[in-house]
Amino acid sequence: MDINYSERIPNNVDLASDRTLQRALEHWQPGFLNWWKDLGPSDFQANDVYLRTATSVDAKGWATYGFVRMPEYRWGIFLADRDPDRRIGFGDHLGSPVWQQVPGEYRSTLRRLIVTQGDTEPASVEQQRLLGHTAPSIYDLRNLFQVNVEEGRHLWAMVYLLHAYFGRDGREEAEELLERHSGDNNKPRILTTFNEPISDWLSFYMFTYFTDRDGKFQLKSLAESSFDPLSRTCQFMLTEEAHHMFVGDTGIARVTKRTLEVMKELGTDDPEAIRHAGAIDLPTLQKYLNFWFTASLDLFGVETSSNAASYFATGLKGRPDEWKFEDHAAVNQVFALESPGESGSVKSEEIPMRNAMNEVTRAEYVKDCEVGVARWNRLIQKHGYDFRLALPSTRFHRKIGVWAGIATDEHGHIISREEYDAKQGQWLPTQSDRAYVASLMQNVTEPGKIAAWIAPPDRGINNQPVDYEYVRLK
Amino acid sequence: MVTAELPIASQPLVTFDTSPERYRHWRLSVDGRVATLTLDVDEDGGIRPGYALKLNSYDLGVDIEFHDALQRIRFEHPGVACVVITSAKDRMFCAGANIYMLGASTHAWKVNFCKFTNETRNGMEDSSRNDGLRFVAALNGTTAGGGYEIALACDEIVMVDDRSSAVSLPEVPLLGVLPGTGGLTRVVDKRKVRRDIADLFCTNPDGVRAERAKSWNLVDHIAPPAQFAALVAERAQALCTSSPRPAVERGIELRPLERVIDAAGYHYRHVDVRFDHLRRLVTLVVRAPREAQPQGVEGIVAAGDAWWPLALARELDDALLLLRTNEAQLGLLVIRTEGDPEAVLAADQTLLRHRDHWLVRETIGMLRRTFARIDVTSRSAYAIVDANSCFAGLLYELALAADRSYMLDLTDGDENAPEIALDEFNFGLLPMVNGRSRLETHFLGTPTAVAALSAEAGRRYRAAEALAQGLITLAPDDLDWEDELRMAFEERTALSPDALTAMEANLRFAGSETLEAKVFGRLSAWQNWVFIRPNATGERGALNVFGTGSRPQFDWKRV
Repeated sequence: MDINYSERIPNNVDLASDRTLQRALEHWQPGFLNWWKDLGPSDFQANDVYLRTATSVDAKGWATYGFVRMPEYRWGIFLADRDPDRRIGFGDHLGSPVWQQVPGEYRSTLRRLIVTQGDTEPASVEQQRLLGHTAPSIYDLRNLFQVNVEEGRHLWAMVYLLHAYFGRDGREEAEELLERHSGDNNKPRILTTFNEPISDWLSFYMFTYFTDRDGKFQLKSLAESSFDPLSRTCQFMLTEEAHHMFVGDTGIARVTKRTLEVMKELGTDDPEAIRHAGAIDLPTLQKYLNFWFTASLDLFGVETSSNAASYFATGLKGRPDEWKFEDHAAVNQVFALESPGESGSVKSEEIPMRNAMNEVTRAEYVKDCEVGVARWNRLIQKHGYDFRLALPSTRFHRKIGVWAGIATDEHGHIISREEYDAKQGQWLPTQSDRAYVASLMQNVTEPGKIAAWIAPPDRGINNQPVDYEYVRLK
Repeated sequence: MVTAELPIASQPLVTFDTSPERYRHWRLSVDGRVATLTLDVDEDGGIRPGYALKLNSYDLGVDIEFHDALQRIRFEHPGVACVVITSAKDRMFCAGANIYMLGASTHAWKVNFCKFTNETRNGMEDSSRNDGLRFVAALNGTTAGGGYEIALACDEIVMVDDRSSAVSLPEVPLLGVLPGTGGLTRVVDKRKVRRDIADLFCTNPDGVRAERAKSWNLVDHIAPPAQFAALVAERAQALCTSSPRPAVERGIELRPLERVIDAAGYHYRHVDVRFDHLRRLVTLVVRAPREAQPQGVEGIVAAGDAWWPLALARELDDALLLLRTNEAQLGLLVIRTEGDPEAVLAADQTLLRHRDHWLVRETIGMLRRTFARIDVTSRSAYAIVDANSCFAGLLYELALAADRSYMLDLTDGDENAPEIALDEFNFGLLPMVNGRSRLETHFLGTPTAVAALSAEAGRRYRAAEALAQGLITLAPDDLDWEDELRMAFEERTALSPDALTAMEANLRFAGSETLEAKVFGRLSAWQNWVFIRPNATGERGALNVFGTGSRPQFDWKRV
C-alpha cells in the first residue's frame, strides 16, 4: 500500500520511514475505521463538523480548526518533545536515565498498563454513541464529537505505543482494543464503569467532569513513567484531556445557571416547580454529582495495592506531579488509612506509602474536583441562594476498596443498612429522577437555539459566535 | 535496567581436561576384551584445598578422571567389551563422596558435583544399553555411599565375602542427606530390592555384609577373598561373551581439545561460547562442517577426533561442563547455529550409513549423552533460528532441547529465509533421559504429528510452516526480530533463577519416567532440597558436625 503517511496521519514519530509502524498501522487502521463506523457516534458520519485537529505539538499546530467529516478526521500520533536529559523521578531506579525502549523485565506489566488505559478511550466513545440524537444545541453536539474524536486519537496514541514497542503481542493487543465493546457481556471493556451507557447529557457533563478527570490523573501518573515514550505520549494527551473537562465543567455550570434563572423567574426553589418549568432542580444535580463522583473514585483502585506499590517501585507509574512530593523513593514512609472498624467505628492504620499510591492519587483527584464545585457554588451565591453543591465523602457509595458495601451517609458516617436504604433516594438519582432527566433530552438542531434545561455557553469555539453552525446537519 | 553483578573471579577456573598419564586417582589397564579401572585415590589430590580424600573417597577431581577414563575406553580401546571397576586399597573399595568436601562446599558446588557424577553413572548404563559396553563392580572391601552407587551403575556387582566388609548407603543415618547419585533410585528401580528391605538398608549406617547383601539382591555374586579375583575375571569374561561389541584392535586418539579461553568466552573449532555478563546470558554457537567430510569408514577413522561429529560432541560437552562449573551467573543459554544446513544433513547421512561401525556408534553415543546435558541444564535455553542458522537433523535437536525457539520469518521467496529440516536423528537416535526422542516428548499430546513428520523427513520448513507444524515456538518477522529477542532475553533473565530452574525441570520431561529421569527429576530435586535445609547444612546440621563428635541438632518438624 502506498500511503502518504504524514498527510494521512499527522505525526511527529517519523512514521514515513518507520516500516514496523507502517506495517502495523496498515492492518489496524482499516479496523479502526470500521469500529468508528459501527460503534462511534450513531449517524452524523456524513456531516461536516467544526473540529480541532492536532497537526503538531507546538502551540500553533496542536489546535487546527476546520470542517471535517468524522471518518475522515486525521487521527495523528504525537508525543511531547523529548528531553534528552530526562531522568527517572521516583522509585527504585530514581536518578537513572529514562528508558527509550521497553525493558524486557517490565514488558508485560507495561503492556497491561497501556492496554488498560487504552481500553477506556474507545469505551467512552461507545458509551456516548447515542447522545448525538438528543443534543441540547449544535454547539454541544460539536463538543461531543470533539471529545469523541479525541478519545479516538488517545486510542491511537496507546496503539502507537503497542505497535512501536511491543512487537506481535502489542499488535494483538491493539486488535483486542477494537474487539472489546462497552456493555457487551461477551467481551466487555476492562473497567466496569466503562460498560454503562451514558444516555443523557447531564450524565455526559458529569462524566466529562468527574470520569475524564480520573483519566487526567491516570495520564499525569503515566506522564511520570520511566518509559519515556509513554511519558511523552501522556503529556500530549493531557493537553487534549483538558478540553473534555472544560466541556463537563461548563456543562454543569450552564445547567446550574439555567436552574438559577428559573428559580429567579418563579421565585421559588421548590424542586417540583422547577421541574414543572423544565429545568433540573439543584438537589437532583447534587444526586447526579454524588453518583458520578463516587463511581469515578472507584476507578483509582483499592487503597492498599500491591500493584500500585510495584508500579511505583519499578518506575512504571508515579504520582501525579511527582515533583511536588519531597521523598521520591517513598521507601520508609507510611500512610494513615481510615477503614471501617468494629460496630460502626472508624479505625486508622498505617500502611506502607508505596502501597498507598492509589489513595494518594485519589486524594489529589478529590482536591482537583473541588475547584469546579467551588466555581458552581459562587454562581449559586451570586444568584442569592444558600444552596451549596458539595462532594460527598469518599467513603460514600463505594463499590471497591475498604468502604465498598459499607452503608454511610453522604458525609461518610456509618449508618444502618435500613437507614441507608430508606435515605438512598435523597443522595443518589432515583428511577424517577433519571426518567425526568431523560424526558428533557430533546434534539435541538437549529444554530443558536438551546434546550430549556441548560443555559447557552458564554462564548463559542475558536472565537466563532455561539450561534455558529458547528455541525452542518443539512 | 540490567543490574547484573559481575562475577567475582575469586575461584580458579575448573576444567575437565585430563588424560591417563595425568591421573592421580585411577589406573586404567586394558587386557584384551577387559579393561580394569582401579580406584586408588591420592589423599592429598583434592581438586580444592581443605580436605583429605581418605578411604578412597572422591571429589569432583576424582570423578573428572573417572569420566575421562570411560571416554578413553569408548574411543581409544574400542575392543574392550567389559570394564572391571575395583580399588587398589586394602579391604576398602570406596567410601563415597568426601564428607568434608561436601561440608565445605557451596550449595551450587554440591549440586553441580552431584549432577556430573550422576551423568557419568548414567553414561555407564547408556553405554551398556546402547553400545554393549558392560561393567562389573569388583567390591574388594568396604563399599559405602557413593562407592556403592558406582557399583549400582554397573551391570553386575561382585562382592568380597570376608565376614567384615559391608555395603551401605549411610547417608541418611550418618549425614542427614540422601545417597543422591542414583542410590535410592537404583536400589528399588534397577535392583528391585523390596521397599521395606530397602528402608532397612538405607537407614542402617553399618550396612550389610556380603551374605545378606546377596540375599537382598544388593549384589549379584559373592566370594571369599581367595576366590574373589577369579570370580571377577569369570564374570567379566561372561559379560564379554554377552556383549555385541566387535573385536577391534585399534581405537583413535582423543587429543587435548583445541580451545581458547578468554574473557569473552570459550572458543573451539565448531563451538563458540560468548559471555554477556552484563545481560546475564551466554550465547552458544554451534557450526556446521565447513570442509568436505569423509564419506567412508576409513576416512572417518583417519580423521579420528577431528571428524566433525566427534569434534563437535567433544567441544560441546566441554563447553557445557565449563559453563556449568564456572559461569553460574549466566542464566540464559542462547543457542545459535551457523553454516550450511545441507552440510549438517550430509554429515548425518554419513553417520547413518555407517552407524554399525564402532567409531560412528560411539560418536552417536557421545552426542546422545552430550545433548542430554542440555536437557538438565539449570539455565533457561532459547534457540535462535536466524538467517545464518543450520538447525537441521542433528543440530535441530539443539532447538528441541531448548525451552523455546524463535525463528526468523522472512517473507516467502527471500533466499535468506532460514529453514529447518528433520532426519533420523530427530526420530529416536538421540533419546532424552526419559527414553523418548525430544520430538516425541515435544509432541506428547499429538503422537500422530511425529509420525506425520517422520513420513516427510527431509522436507525443509520455513518459519511460517515450522510454526504451523509446531516445530518452533515463535516466528517474529524481520521488523520485530531484534526487539523481540532483546525483550525476550531481558524478560527471562529478570525472573527468579530458582523458580525458573525448577519450572524448566518440570516442563522438560513430560510423560512417563525412566530410572534416569527419576534420578534427575526426583532424587536430585529432593537431595538439593535437603542440602539447603538446616538439618543438613545448618551450623549444627548433620553434614557440618560430621566427624566432630557432636550430635547434629535437628528441627524435628516433618515438612
